[in-house]
Amino acid sequence: MSPIISVSNLSKTYGSGFKALKGINLDINRGEIFALLGPNGAGKTTLISIVCGIANPSEGRIAIGGHDIIRDYRAARSMIGLVPQELHTDAFESVWATVSFSRGLFGKPKNPAHIEKVLKDLSLWDKKDNKIITLSGGMKRRVMIAKALSHEPQILFLDEPTAGVDVELRKGMWEVVRTLQASGVTIILTTHYIEEAEEMADRIGVINKGEIILIEDKATLMQKLGKKELTLQLQNKLDAIPSMLAAYNLELSDDGHAVTYDYDTKGDRTGITSLLSDLRNAGIRISDLDTKQSSLEDIFVSLVRQV
Amino acid sequence: MNYRAIRAIYLFEMARTWRTLLQSIVSPVVSTSLYFVVFGAAIGSRITEVEGVSYGTFIVPGLVMLSVLTQSISNASFGIYFPKFAGTIYEILSAPISYFEIVIGYVGAAATKSIILGLIILATAGLFVPLHIQHPVWMLTFLVLTAVTFSLFGFIIGIWADGFEKLQMIPMLVVTPLTFLGGSFYSVNMLPSGWRTITLFNPVVYLISGFRWSFYEIADVSVGLSLGMTAGFLIACMMIVAWIFRTGYRLKN
Repeated sequence: MSPIISVSNLSKTYGSGFKALKGINLDINRGEIFALLGPNGAGKTTLISIVCGIANPSEGRIAIGGHDIIRDYRAARSMIGLVPQELHTDAFESVWATVSFSRGLFGKPKNPAHIEKVLKDLSLWDKKDNKIITLSGGMKRRVMIAKALSHEPQILFLDEPTAGVDVELRKGMWEVVRTLQASGVTIILTTHYIEEAEEMADRIGVINKGEIILIEDKATLMQKLGKKELTLQLQNKLDAIPSMLAAYNLELSDDGHAVTYDYDTKGDRTGITSLLSDLRNAGIRISDLDTKQSSLEDIFVSLVRQV
Repeated sequence: MNYRAIRAIYLFEMARTWRTLLQSIVSPVVSTSLYFVVFGAAIGSRITEVEGVSYGTFIVPGLVMLSVLTQSISNASFGIYFPKFAGTIYEILSAPISYFEIVIGYVGAAATKSIILGLIILATAGLFVPLHIQHPVWMLTFLVLTAVTFSLFGFIIGIWADGFEKLQMIPMLVVTPLTFLGGSFYSVNMLPSGWRTITLFNPVVYLISGFRWSFYEIADVSVGLSLGMTAGFLIACMMIVAWIFRTGYRLKN
């Protein structure tokens, strides 16, 4: 199946000369939840802004459902709902009025039943006549989601949807996102919270300094998470790993005083028992040991540092 | 054309007008009444007649224009500046709507509001002085043309402004003086000839002159020239707006 969003060779250079995006290539599959992870200033928001028409690309092409975002902007933008990171809302309009306004802006005929459903799904129904200025931050966030959903988009962009949102509301937001996915909406979310990506995403992309440095199925990434690392401190310096231990793929530290062994906790056997006995047979004595689990966070941090 | 989007923007802006009815309608009416008291009654009692028309009656078209000009600019500039300031402009920019449609929505609403206001002021003036409109169709034409032109001008200011000070600066420093010096309260022919020549560089003179002609058939400059200058200014504003959207000036990076 052809991707619903296809970004090819996208670059963005701001007037100041700052290169925010460098040759991004990214395909988003229909119906998936894609999490875009990256530190502050990595280019997440710039990428979303260009896809949604808020900023101009410097180079490259983007197609939404086969529609070029510049040449065929009406068809492309009609498919997208955007929830930006900042809480940009009107102040004096009612919730109902602002959500209905969004639907009109996207050229859709009035449909009070749909707006009612959206507001109910987001637990905003009893606030529908309240002025937005009277709502709490979490409710304003939901109003913005309601605006984005008012015109029945096929793609939803959530830029840091749970930043500054309390735990309960965050869980509620995840629930909403899952329901949307079940109804066939493709969702792209950016986040700082690794936990959120783990919880929600089908695929995970990592962006840093304007470049995509990793795109992987979450399942594959999680498999890497199952890996643990055993570090053994040695009493005596070792110059090389004895050949009888070659099968363990041990790694010797630079100073020769430690070896590390990778194993899979989800495997049938970890190999730790036989490694220890083989070490003893080889006459290697151990002074200390330490095990460590690599998390998505570690993968993320090491990826970001490498660049 | 995305008519629903135009309608949404237009109604959104008009809702703002109704919500702020006091500032929008009542305050200009009050200030116009004050002009009548000060200029019409106090000064008018000494000037009595200008070119065969009583002074109180003479200043009516100028007063209407004064309000229409300033209100068009402030309505339209605020209408587009506020979403920029509040950040809600993201939604307009990400919607499947052309720049032309955005302008129709915002400028249409701002112009509608100032036309309604102009008519209300005209009615208010009718309470103070007898009104007689020789060419009602031309009167409306000048009113609509001026409202649209200056709403476009206000739209440009609203896009250009990156702070509330700038939003106020052009209306305060440029438009109000031009309007006062543009013959709202006097005939340009009453000025010494040197000043008269200088005044002819003021575009507002042509608007007020043409508008006054539609009431009393008296004008400082020919009606054709008035119409031409107004149309010229309208076209200039349209070209600037087209340029803004083509380049994304102050809207898009």
